[in-house]
Formats: sequence, structure tokens, C-alpha cells
Amino acid sequence: MTQFSFTEKKDTRSGFGAGLLELGRQNDQVVGLCADLTGSLKMDAFKKEFPARFFQVGIAEANMIGLAAGMSTVGKIPFTGTFANFSTGRVYDQIRQSIAYSGKNVKICASHAGLTLGEDGATHQILEDIGMMKMLPGMTVIVPCDYNQTKAATIALGSHVGPAYLRFGRPGWPVFTASDRPFTIGKADVMITGPDVTIFACGHLVWQAIEAEAALREKGIRAEVINLHTIKPLDVEAILRSAEKTRCVVTAEEHQINGGLGDSVAQVLARFRPTPVEMVAVNDSFGESGTPAQLLKKYGLSPENIVEAAIRVTSRK
Amino acid sequence: MTKPTSDLHKLCTQIRRDIVRMVHSCQSGHPGGSLGCTEFFVALYFRIMKHDPRFSMAGHGEDLFFLSNGHISPVFYATLARAGYFDVKELATFRQINSRLQGHPATHEHLPGIRVASGSLGQGLSVAIGAAQAKKLNQDDRFVYVLMGDGEQQEGQIWEAGMYAAHHRVDNLIATIDYNGQQIDGPVKEIIDLKNLRAKWESFGWEVQEFDGNNLDSVIAGLERAKTLAGKGKPVLNLMTTVMGQGVDYMMGSHKWHGVAPNDEELKKALAQLEETVGDY
Repeated sequence: MTQFSFTEKKDTRSGFGAGLLELGRQNDQVVGLCADLTGSLKMDAFKKEFPARFFQVGIAEANMIGLAAGMSTVGKIPFTGTFANFSTGRVYDQIRQSIAYSGKNVKICASHAGLTLGEDGATHQILEDIGMMKMLPGMTVIVPCDYNQTKAATIALGSHVGPAYLRFGRPGWPVFTASDRPFTIGKADVMITGPDVTIFACGHLVWQAIEAEAALREKGIRAEVINLHTIKPLDVEAILRSAEKTRCVVTAEEHQINGGLGDSVAQVLARFRPTPVEMVAVNDSFGESGTPAQLLKKYGLSPENIVEAAIRVTSRK
Repeated sequence: MTKPTSDLHKLCTQIRRDIVRMVHSCQSGHPGGSLGCTEFFVALYFRIMKHDPRFSMAGHGEDLFFLSNGHISPVFYATLARAGYFDVKELATFRQINSRLQGHPATHEHLPGIRVASGSLGQGLSVAIGAAQAKKLNQDDRFVYVLMGDGEQQEGQIWEAGMYAAHHRVDNLIATIDYNGQQIDGPVKEIIDLKNLRAKWESFGWEVQEFDGNNLDSVIAGLERAKTLAGKGKPVLNLMTTVMGQGVDYMMGSHKWHGVAPNDEELKKALAQLEETVGDY
């Protein structure tokens, strides 16, 4: 029996909405900006309670990034909200110059990331955003795993200083972490310990990793599951500690194989402790329309894929 | 203490000398637009704005200025130095390794007076609008100023920002366009014509006025008038006509001096036209 189970599913974007509302109550410098997706980003409650601190930008994401940079210059803590594709790829140069290079305390909050956006298809299913954002010097990148952790991450960002990217998603997803589970930016969360193989996962794929762990245990393989919710700054110590023990690693994420969590982990291992790695990620391809479950299966991101990768990598030790 | 206008004329000449010497010494940079906007910067920093050279990023209770067309950094740096933000000697480090005076303005090296990086065009107006709205939230009644280029009006983000500021009644914002009609590849008219720029901004819901940007009295009067136009529910836009390369005869009115540094001979010719008034750096 795994120690993690769930009784309900909730979307991680609702965790963001709840976190932002709570943060708004804690800190009157927090402001929200949204590019015509207030309902989708679950920013309604913040907007209702703090109308003067909420800015409707319309369908103009580049302007939104600039506005946030300006507001932070004068001391505000802006949280921008739109879909992940429009939060990153569409406005990369604005983020790079006006926020990252300028060292602005802006929190770029992005929903509907990855394949689990579902039916809208590949135009909206960004799978490159973690890579784009982590490449920017000084940018913190967080990909929380469920409703509770997204809420905790949002609140944690209120007292974090500097540019940050918070990535979450659209579908209802198991809520398997306790609402009081500690969350620290940059600190990996060891969910399950085991001696045979380490599975590093982020976002929705943490739950898949937990399911995979149960399946592996039936096959006699004891996996360690680590939630690497912060891609940057990466918890190098936690990665090396676990790899030292298990001597083989699987990474799992809802992102391209290039540029994501897996490539950050592989880089650390290659430099400090060469270790066999298998990556569960989208293999240099765009997504398509479908249900989240269908897409995760078709593009190789299901628990079965993690199990196969774990068996493969164990044999490479 | 307000400096008399005669002193501001001297400052204009000195800052033009600074600009030409800066770009000459590193053999790179953008003299044309810098020379064209010298009166504007001098008026802003020595007459119009309430500001403190001890510099705080948030600038509470102060007027703020953002430069969107960051390539005219020479005039920005020279003005900030002459206004006391940092030692004028530091102008000699412009575009050199380990300098705070980057090719385009940056906050990364913590140069006093710079509040956001600019250079990639079209972004400064949005930043200024955000700062202006934050000032309103803070009940800070000072103004936010921003300068853009005319070629820069070809960037789409400008129009996103223009629509937003009018809709949200950001009337503590005074934007200015350096209307010199030149961009890198040639006259703006030939590259992508802006057509009736005034009508465009008016139709976006802005209060628009025009003035001559190379006549100090008209710049001061124009900016004073802009303040009276502000606070009435509309953002204010100054269409400021300037001559690229103003003050150095062989640079005037041509896009060729947008981003080219003078050689030794040309420097000598330029400095002969620009008297050293308050001391070279």
C-alpha cells in the first residue's frame, strides 16, 4: 500500500486561485493581472475581493508582462495569469528583457500547460515552456504536483524575491498531498523512499510516478519517488543523495524531452555522478486533440511508461 | 533651485559633447537619436521632473522616467551623470568591459537612474503604464514619463499598451515620441510609413500635442503643458519633432548616423561645433 491516495480530484489552477486569494489577504502589495482568462485561471475570487488590485489586460500578453515589470518597479508584487503558451513563448523577449534581465519581482503564473490541456490541441499544449524559462538567468521555475501544492507554491512565491515561473494545469487531478505538507522553493520533496531506482517527477507526472511505484513494487522493484517541483534552482544535493543510493534514475514530466526536468537532472548527474537515466517525456513532437488520459497514453507519459523506464534503467546499472 | 534656461542651454551643448566623445571612444553606439533628444532630457531632468539623484528604485513621491528606445543610452547616461546620479568620469566607461554603462540601459549593474532594461523595442510604454498604475494604487500623485522612438511605433506591443492605457484612464502618464522620421534602414516613411500618427493616437483615446524638440523653450513649455493635460482621464502623448543628429552639422537629418560612431577626424569636426561649457568628463 502506498502512503499516498486520494479521495477527490481538483485542478491545479484552482490551487493557484485559492493561493492567490489567501496571499492577497496577507499582503496588500500583491496585485493580479490577467489577459482575458480570469475564469480559466481561477482569478475570479481575487478579482472580486480586491478589484483595485486586479488588472484586466485583455488579449495583450506582451503588454501584460511590461505592465507587471512596471508595477514591480514601484514595489508591487505582480502575479500575471494566462495560459502557459501565452505566458512564455508568446512573450519570451518581454520576459527576458523587462523582467529577467531587469531583475523584477514578477510571478508569471501559467495554466493549461502540457498535453493535459486536452481537446484544444497542440497550439495551446505548450511542451517547451520549462526549458525556455529555466534558461533565463535568475528565473525560478516551479511545477507543483496537485491542488494543495499549487496553492502552497503560490503562497510561497509571495515572500520569494525575484522573477519566477509557476506552471500548472487544467484537468481535475488527484489531490494526494496533505494541505499542510511543507513546501519550500528549491527543496525536493521525497514522497516515497526505496533502494532500487529513483523516479524524479514534477507536475501531474508525480501522481503517475506514485502509481508506477506501486506497480513496480509488485514486480519486486522498490522505487524512490521524488517530487522535484522546483526545476530551478535545482536541489542538486537531493538528486545526488538519491542517485548515490539507487544508482539509476527515471525522470518523468509533461514536457519535451529537450529542455525539461529530465535534462536538468541528467546534467547534474553527468557532471557530478554519472548514472544511467531514462526519461519519460514527449519525444520532440507536438501534441494533438484528445482527452488528457488518451494523450498521456499516446505520447508515452502514463504510469506504464514509467514502469517500463524503471525496469530498463535498473538493468543498465 | 531651478537653473536658469541659459544654464540649460549650456548643459545641452555639454551633453552633446559627452555623447559624441562617448561613442567615439568605444567606436560604437547611437549618436543620432541621442543628439536629437538632448533638449528633451535636459528639460526633463533639470526643469520638469521632481527626482532625487540619490536614486531609489521605487521612487516614491518622485516623477519617474523610462526610456523605451534604449539605444539612445548616450544621452540618458550623460544626463544622469550631469544631474548627479553618478560621477561624470564614469561616462568614459561607456560600452567598455566591466562597465555599469552598458550599450543599452540595464539595471543589472545597478547604475543609478535606470529602472528597467531597454533596447529590444516596444516594451517601455507598457512598463511605464504599469508604474503609473502602481503610483495610483500608492496614492502617489507624481507623473510617469516615457520616451519612445518613431520607428519603434512599428512594434505591435506599443498599440497593445496604447489601447490599455486609454481604457484604464492612466492619466498620470506622459509619453513622448521622438518624431525624427529616421530609422536604421532609412526614412520611416520609406520603411513602414506611420501615416497620420497623431490621428492614430487620438483615435486610441490619448490626449495628443505636438512641439519642437530641438528648441529648449518649446520643449519646456510643451512638457509643462503636458502636465496640465494630465489628470483629466486620458494618457498624454507628446509628438516631439526632432532632427536626428541635431547639433553636429554632418550628422543632421540622416539615418546614416543612427548607430555609427565618428572617427578621429569627424570627432574633431563635431567638437568644434560644440563648445565645452561646464567641463568635459
